[in-house]
Amino acid sequence: MIVADRKSLDEIMAMVEDNKKILIVGCKGCVTVCNVGGLKEVEILASTMKIARKKAGKEIEIDTSVLERQCDKEYVEQISETVGDYDAVISMACGVGPQFLSEMYKDQSFFPALNTTFFGGATSHGVWEERCAGCGSCAIHNFGGLCPIARCAKSLLHGPCGGSSSGVCEINKDTECIWDSIVTKKMEQGKIEDLLGVKEPKSWKTSRDGGPRRSIREELVQGNI
Amino acid sequence: MSELKSGSNLEKVLAAGHFAFTGECGPPKGANVEHLKEKLSHLVGHVDAVNMTDNQTAVVRMSSVAGSVLMLEQGLEPNFQMVCRDRNRLAMMSDILGAYAMGIRNMLCLSGDHQTFGNHPDAKNVHDIDSMQLIAMVKKMRDQGKFLNGEDIDVPPKMFIGAAANPFADPYEYRVYRLANKIKAGADFIQTQCIFNMEKFRDFMKKTVDMGLHEKCYILAGVTPMKNAGMANFMSKFVPGMDIPVDLIKRIKGVDKKDQAEEGIKIALEQIEEFKEMEGVAGVHLMAIEWEHRVPEIAERANVLPRPVV
Repeated sequence: MIVADRKSLDEIMAMVEDNKKILIVGCKGCVTVCNVGGLKEVEILASTMKIARKKAGKEIEIDTSVLERQCDKEYVEQISETVGDYDAVISMACGVGPQFLSEMYKDQSFFPALNTTFFGGATSHGVWEERCAGCGSCAIHNFGGLCPIARCAKSLLHGPCGGSSSGVCEINKDTECIWDSIVTKKMEQGKIEDLLGVKEPKSWKTSRDGGPRRSIREELVQGNI
Repeated sequence: MSELKSGSNLEKVLAAGHFAFTGECGPPKGANVEHLKEKLSHLVGHVDAVNMTDNQTAVVRMSSVAGSVLMLEQGLEPNFQMVCRDRNRLAMMSDILGAYAMGIRNMLCLSGDHQTFGNHPDAKNVHDIDSMQLIAMVKKMRDQGKFLNGEDIDVPPKMFIGAAANPFADPYEYRVYRLANKIKAGADFIQTQCIFNMEKFRDFMKKTVDMGLHEKCYILAGVTPMKNAGMANFMSKFVPGMDIPVDLIKRIKGVDKKDQAEEGIKIALEQIEEFKEMEGVAGVHLMAIEWEHRVPEIAERANVLPRPVV
């Protein structure tokens, strides 16, 4: 899923400093699953902002709404009748949400309450980790099912570099060296030869380097399915 | 390894069977040519080639191409370092051509320290290709006369291709395979990470020799003389990939502060003596960090002078 972190209250407050009537829109997709932009978090942000404004002696009116998904026009349309009633709208979705909103409601101002961080999953309660860089050409089967593009600090295809120590990456002690895991796994399986040889330079065309990306499913476009 | 690939001095020294002795010099944090020239002046006549580092530890400095050219002007042979952190494949190939055009004949292909260590931690890192692919790319440019995309190069760069090996990083058992892979990719010579743990290095070289890698590539053992106990402590704690045995730090700490530099040099000399005899070691790469002026003395006392003229 897409993982995100909430911006600080100060940053959010500063973005809507001059606005009195605000709508906070959550999303029931990924950000609900990673506990950062669902119903609960939307209500918490609304209350916190009200308290902060009250302390500052400035009035504020906040309404809330949680859409099924903010990355789908069908659901974004659901606020069409009320969206114009507000001075500003805060989106608690990943970076896709406030953009879909901005594209549909051109006269309204939308502000992101979240920082979209990565594609990943929960490794333990309250901890999410990156697993995928969305490079557009998955090759994890070449690396024992582990992705060095997303998980090596240098995205090496031939690791580990000289900074790998006791399974930990050189950048900090909390980051595992994924190449240590890849090599260890291959050694345990007696398949070290899988890692030998020089891989062709990766084509980054399918990654963000090729420009903004688009997926077209002809069968769906033509309405056959 | 009989036919010369680049004709560089370093290659000729190694091909003739001499025990190579290379040095290192970091370019200035600015355009201070005089300071660079002063540092380099100590190395003239004392080493076969000098590594010109490429934004080492991710700290921005004068470009290694420019530093290498300034070195050539001073009558020293550069070993031009290139890291994968700061350039994509276009910039790399372009700089390799430029370096060759300016007379540079050796290059060392590296991944590069992560930018979080350096003075621009907010920088975007590139890593379009990695060090293994960089080695293969330089070989392709040299031997096939082709760019990465297969197009012909009008006058290919004939580089003597170097790579690094760190026997002290983990997983240790894999390190010799990684070295083998670099040689397979096209490395003509290897310069190792600074060696302090001799026991581990002896074992690493035994594995290397057992696999016959020393017959396919020249391996230069990395030596860094410690200036004092503080430096030993710092390197042990903060420099990635360093393995400094406690006993070694104790030995330096064990002498008076004013004698610690001499003790550091003594240790380096003992290491060099052992490397001269160690099977598979073709030379020493002396990384006297900001200590260029001590290199003549170290070379003299290590009995590696005069350097061969080939």
